[in-house]
Amino acid sequence: MDDLLLNQFLLLGAVLFCLGVYGVLVRRNAVLVLMSIELILNAVNINLIAFGAWRGDVAGSVFALFVIAIAAAEVGVGLAIVLLIYRNRRSVDLDDIAELKG
Amino acid sequence: MVAQNIFFYAIAAVIVWSAFRVVTTQNVVHAALHLVAVLASVAAQYILLAAEFVAATQVLVYIGAIVVLFLFGIMLTRAKIGRDQELTHKSAIVGGALTALLLLAVMGYSLLDEFGWSRTPLPEDSRLIGVNGSNSATVSDSIFSQYLVPFEVISVLLLAALVGAIVLARKD
Repeated sequence: MDDLLLNQFLLLGAVLFCLGVYGVLVRRNAVLVLMSIELILNAVNINLIAFGAWRGDVAGSVFALFVIAIAAAEVGVGLAIVLLIYRNRRSVDLDDIAELKG
Repeated sequence: MVAQNIFFYAIAAVIVWSAFRVVTTQNVVHAALHLVAVLASVAAQYILLAAEFVAATQVLVYIGAIVVLFLFGIMLTRAKIGRDQELTHKSAIVGGALTALLLLAVMGYSLLDEFGWSRTPLPEDSRLIGVNGSNSATVSDSIFSQYLVPFEVISVLLLAALVGAIVLARKD
């Protein structure tokens, strides 16, 4: 194990992705669910940069930058929605927001 | 390259532990601070992969802006500061852990099958740097020539998100 291998970055990304999925599934607070989504996006970014380094191509870095921009937009709108829910219901507990459940 | 491997495993350990704390801690503010540790360590991994411009952007945008937004969100929704047992869905822990482990097993198996440990070393860093002397120069050349249209679309999307967030959050 002298060289950096592609696979160790990809496996790190997989672990981070699964931790993010676990957070999305078990958390009840909407802000914490948004944080778990950030973990998932970071896992994707690690994969993009690792594949870019592997191919000697700069496209991986470019798309990682795009993903960061999308994440910023997503958090802005997401937190605005969470704030609106809090203002209307005095709670950000996802179990309380179950009107769509039959 | 041995030093790089040592740094990789040290940083990876920080990432995995902090991410685990983000999804399991009972304190909202601690979750945000562990998220800072994850994001900073991911930036360090980008530097190991010779993508220093993305690492700088990660620090500026994620740690500088997004985490601050999260802390504002925590304050404005008046989350309980300190331990809060209600943050986790107790009945979903087993199912969530099972789903995550199954997903990890499937992804880990397919990754090891496709890119086995011995087959794909990363190229030496000199190949990544390109003709202009630095990774940042290559990235900017690429964004403003080949990827100009996606870049402009992202700009419009950011503007739309900005307007949308203001419209949603303002008090009438």
